[in-house]
Amino acid sequence: MSDFLIAPFQYEYMQRAFVAALVVGTLCSTIGTYVVLRRLSFIGDGLAHASFAGIVIAYLRGIDYYVGALAVAVVTALGIGFVNRRAGVSLDTAIGVLFTGAFAFGVFLMSRVPRYMIDLQSFLFGNILGVSREDLWLILVLALVVTVSLALLYRALLYTTFDPVVAEASGIRAGFVDYALLVLLALTIIISLETVGIVLVAALLVTPAATAFQLTRRFTRMLVLSAAIGAFCAVVGLYASYYLQAASGATIVLLATILFFLAMLVRRRPLRQSSAARTTR
Amino acid sequence: MSEAVRIRELTVRYDQVVALDRVNLTLQTGMALGIVGPNGSGKSTLLKTIAGLLSPASGVLEVFGAAPRTLPPGTIAYVPQIEAVDWSFPANVYDVVAMGRFPRLGLLQRFSKHDRRVVDAALEALRLGDLRNRHISQLSGGQQQRTFVARAIAQEPKLLLLDEPTTGVDAATEEALRELIRGLVKNGLPVLMTTHDLDRAADWFDRLVVVDRRVLAEGDPETVLASGAYAGIREHTHVHGHARTDAASEQQR
Repeated sequence: MSDFLIAPFQYEYMQRAFVAALVVGTLCSTIGTYVVLRRLSFIGDGLAHASFAGIVIAYLRGIDYYVGALAVAVVTALGIGFVNRRAGVSLDTAIGVLFTGAFAFGVFLMSRVPRYMIDLQSFLFGNILGVSREDLWLILVLALVVTVSLALLYRALLYTTFDPVVAEASGIRAGFVDYALLVLLALTIIISLETVGIVLVAALLVTPAATAFQLTRRFTRMLVLSAAIGAFCAVVGLYASYYLQAASGATIVLLATILFFLAMLVRRRPLRQSSAARTTR
Repeated sequence: MSEAVRIRELTVRYDQVVALDRVNLTLQTGMALGIVGPNGSGKSTLLKTIAGLLSPASGVLEVFGAAPRTLPPGTIAYVPQIEAVDWSFPANVYDVVAMGRFPRLGLLQRFSKHDRRVVDAALEALRLGDLRNRHISQLSGGQQQRTFVARAIAQEPKLLLLDEPTTGVDAATEEALRELIRGLVKNGLPVLMTTHDLDRAADWFDRLVVVDRRVLAEGDPETVLASGAYAGIREHTHVHGHARTDAASEQQR
């Protein structure tokens, strides 16, 4: 049994992969609690796709992929917030417009390069075994920044997620909190790209939190449970992919999806409004 | 007594629609001011503007001598007419009322024993003690309303804004709420509240204003009601009120 658990760790790249998976799984599912409760499920997908333009730009300019992806994701995140406030369109429409625009820009740039050398597959589906020592440091530092920010903003995020209007009237800067969350999401997604890839990162943001939502009716418990589920899926999923010789990102996401449906089955009673509450609304 | 709210020639627009037209109003500390007016008269708009949620097109609006959005967090507590929250949100009654303390707490400050005591007192004041562990989706309309008033009380605000808090609330709860508010006013809290209930206005308020985009009358409740200023606008409300309400509420998301 212990051999079974230790075997993958004989390779240094596997050690790095496990640390990266653990950090990314925990971080995504923690911030994912807000994504699910604010109904922003679309945004993980959006920012991940938008970052593709940054990867292409970074390639063309010969700079680090992370820098390019991060810059475009943060600009897109702020743009989404800005368009949502100024154009008066809903947030998911703003996301839809901006992320497809940024993604199209990436495809446009790439199509003009005669012979592109980017390993497209590793960005679309992740390449967790390719996490270098430098990548891992970057992941750890950015994860620390996001975690500390989330801790500092904990109450403001909770209040504005539940009741933004009254929170704002009470003096909490709801606009600032919204922008901050978008930027933190952009950071989270960027450090997740190498682990699960553009296409699957949204699942890590949404599925563990959606699973936790079914299992508890208190916010703090949902946050902790979501983080635990995300960490569990990342580590166990990576083990499974090692022994099944399957793609790691896909295995992690599949495990999370299975847990979601299991939670649906064990949930004692469905969330339903009382009849009195329904009639007055 | 000092001035809590000072409004001079305040105009508020939703795009082309004028919701409030050159309104003048003063609220002293330790006073309860009632706002009456037909649907779509701008009552809710007035509260939202004072709460800093809407920006005036022109005029002066001061809360304790400053613009609402420049006040220290926790100064203003606002209870909207309809809470547009997600009722499946993972929170029970206690959790929601505890949020009232959040604006006052610093970034790294712990939720202290004192905070817990204030929340407990707010729950007791609104007779929610037995419901503290109940999930918000399992509350009746009146219980939901009481929860949000309790959250406002737990904030220990310097100014309390209530938008029709008695709608859908039973008589016993309404009376408990009135006594609670009168007690707070007696201790110096300025309260601004919209209502439809003209019969009880004198029991609730020290002063009353009739608003229909403009201030039509202001004074002590008996005098204002006797003047017939409200009865006069009631007639044409049925004709004009509707179109305005729709235009205004569309802008309010």
